[in-house]
Amino acid sequence: MATPLFDLTLTEEQRITRESMQRLVRESLGPQAREADEAGKPVRELLDAISGFGLSLMPMPEALGGVGMPRSPLSNALAAEDLGQGDMSHALAALQSVGAVNALMDFGNADQQERWLPELASETCCPAAIALAEPGATFEPARPACEAEREGSDYRLTGRKALVPMGAECAWFVVVARCDGEIGAFVVPRDAGGLSVTAESYMGLRAAGMTTLSLEAVRVPASDRLTHFDLDRLVDLSRIGLCALAVGCCQAVLDYAIPYVNERKAFGEPIARRQSVAFMVADMAIEIEGMRLMMLRAASRAEQGLPFHREAYLAHLQCMEKAMEIGTNGIQLFGGAGFVRDYPLEMWYRNLRSLAALHGSLMV
Amino acid sequence: MINLEIPAKLEQVHQMAQQLASGVFRPISRKYDAIEHCETPEELKPVAQMMAAMPRGSGKSSGNDDGVKNGSNMTGIMAVEAMCWGDVGLMLSIPGSGLGNAAIMAVGTPEQKEAYGKLYCAMAITEPGAGSDSAAISTTAVLDGDEWVLNGEKIYCTGGQRCDAVVVWATLDKSLGKAAIKSFIIPRSNPGMSLVRVEDKMGLRVSDTAALSLNDCRIPKDHVLGSAEIADTEAARKKAFGGVMQTFDNTRPQVAAMALGVARAALEITREIYEKEGVAADFSKQPYNSTARELELYRLEADLEAARLMTLKAAWMADNGQPNSKEASMCKAKAGRMGNQVTLKCVALCGELGYSERTLLEKLARDSKIIDIFEGTQQIQQLIVARHLLGLSSKELK
Repeated sequence: MATPLFDLTLTEEQRITRESMQRLVRESLGPQAREADEAGKPVRELLDAISGFGLSLMPMPEALGGVGMPRSPLSNALAAEDLGQGDMSHALAALQSVGAVNALMDFGNADQQERWLPELASETCCPAAIALAEPGATFEPARPACEAEREGSDYRLTGRKALVPMGAECAWFVVVARCDGEIGAFVVPRDAGGLSVTAESYMGLRAAGMTTLSLEAVRVPASDRLTHFDLDRLVDLSRIGLCALAVGCCQAVLDYAIPYVNERKAFGEPIARRQSVAFMVADMAIEIEGMRLMMLRAASRAEQGLPFHREAYLAHLQCMEKAMEIGTNGIQLFGGAGFVRDYPLEMWYRNLRSLAALHGSLMV
Repeated sequence: MINLEIPAKLEQVHQMAQQLASGVFRPISRKYDAIEHCETPEELKPVAQMMAAMPRGSGKSSGNDDGVKNGSNMTGIMAVEAMCWGDVGLMLSIPGSGLGNAAIMAVGTPEQKEAYGKLYCAMAITEPGAGSDSAAISTTAVLDGDEWVLNGEKIYCTGGQRCDAVVVWATLDKSLGKAAIKSFIIPRSNPGMSLVRVEDKMGLRVSDTAALSLNDCRIPKDHVLGSAEIADTEAARKKAFGGVMQTFDNTRPQVAAMALGVARAALEITREIYEKEGVAADFSKQPYNSTARELELYRLEADLEAARLMTLKAAWMADNGQPNSKEASMCKAKAGRMGNQVTLKCVALCGELGYSERTLLEKLARDSKIIDIFEGTQQIQQLIVARHLLGLSSKELK
């Protein structure tokens, strides 16, 4: 039987999309990232520009205002990589509604899609988010503290959810909770009674509008419990998305460091001519290559309908650890200049650490 | 279309090599590690015959409608990885698969290929005073009528004892630097070339690593590989040596594949041992909620996966005619250090059992070290990668 060949060539469509995303990164996303980080909030125009690529419209049925294309984890991952190269904060803030749409497409029934998707069918940014992670140090997705109790034809949700981007502006959340001895996911509108959203400050991702959700006996009709929910799929597709963000950001670190070490002189010559510096640059490129290929493998397996839990798990572990190495070495190459906020290095460093804390965000 | 899975045809190659590795190599792995110095192991002779019967290099590569190819470079990765899962030293001892063969097939004349292509050809580059700095070799070759006369000392020549011929690097004029370095085919029986010794090593023991001495060693004029001319301009000289070095763009991913096989072997053995002792690294918990043993296994598997995909990419680029010098060095650097780290860590993870000779773990950890050294050390690969990235010449970044 003929199986597809090993291939790393982008399709024509992927190549064209990549070019226009990289243009956005070069012209506005990258240049505006620092200011938004300082201000602690995203730039609306940038979020709209990202949403303008229509990633959340792609899988949505035409009848609901979407394009009706097949789900494409790979295309989403490529987009996350490109945008992550510009700014992880904005990429996460804008793409998390793509994740929410994907969750409805993968785990919801037709009625649920019809109920929740149309208000997201827009080419401007309409936030919605998956709320999986919880406050604390040792969170395990399969053992959430958040609980859903059945009460007649409703569920009552109680618990807290953390690291929800743009929480204050979201139309709705997909809240993951313990339920009858299993794990369920519920669509909870922003204005549900008993739900409060508070802003939370983190080391990085400061422009992503990070919030914590508190649910106190929030009533959710049983019909809003996603019928085909699959926690592993959610976690793994999110791992791929987060890896892609990190790969993009690490590439930005490398691309920024190369001209600097070639120009910066010490002891009478560019520091790039010293092996201790040059080898650090080489190792960055080597590890990025490995991270990227692992991310792409997991994404392409998901795309082809093959099992991808192991691949996504390993890609995430590799990215979580190697990306931080690259982030810290990026600063090291710049010395004191890397530590001051005039340069983006310290922001990338702060943003990259998030890979160890985020769960369920950016489901590709 | 992006796809990083192995197509069925390459998977078959892998399975065949894996059968050979588990059926022939593994059962004799310990035996020859203990014997160390010997003639070609009897068990490898049928293997060599089988390989000689297969079309070499010219194997039809499969292409798809977009013209993408998964060809001989990727096939090589599959076969080498699986064989080295069995035993890297035994794989290197198969007659007929020397590095010299690769050089002859790459740049030899039809006559040279006919005469030497099917023999076992080793490669002799390193000298007592020149290792990674291969442009500094001082073995000389002088044309005397219709014959070349070679003089010098060569060391660390893999297969130098058992081979049929050696491809020897020598300089025509040391004052002209790299451009004057040429390679010559010398039959092993040539009276001017003598075996000085076979090295005793930490690992890779079954593979013979020889020191050779060339004393007025005479060979016919047509035994030079490639052109005997020394380029007259600086640019042309650079290009000439670059051409020689380009052979490495194809061979480095193959050497990286050795590390992949060795690492996979160590991980599989560790997992088997852990299963018996009740450690199940089944990817069910977040990395940092796992036990230290589980997390370490995940880390090693992740590193192996990164190296494996990088190696496949470099080979894929070669198969598709894309310049891959940077990627070839990147995968060799990553796989070389990964293979060493994984095997060493597996010994540590298995404690007394890992350190004992009752499993293959300690042997794998001894064998793996050389893979981060030969065919360009870790540091040489980093240099090459850095020069590519930074746009620096070998003079600017030494």
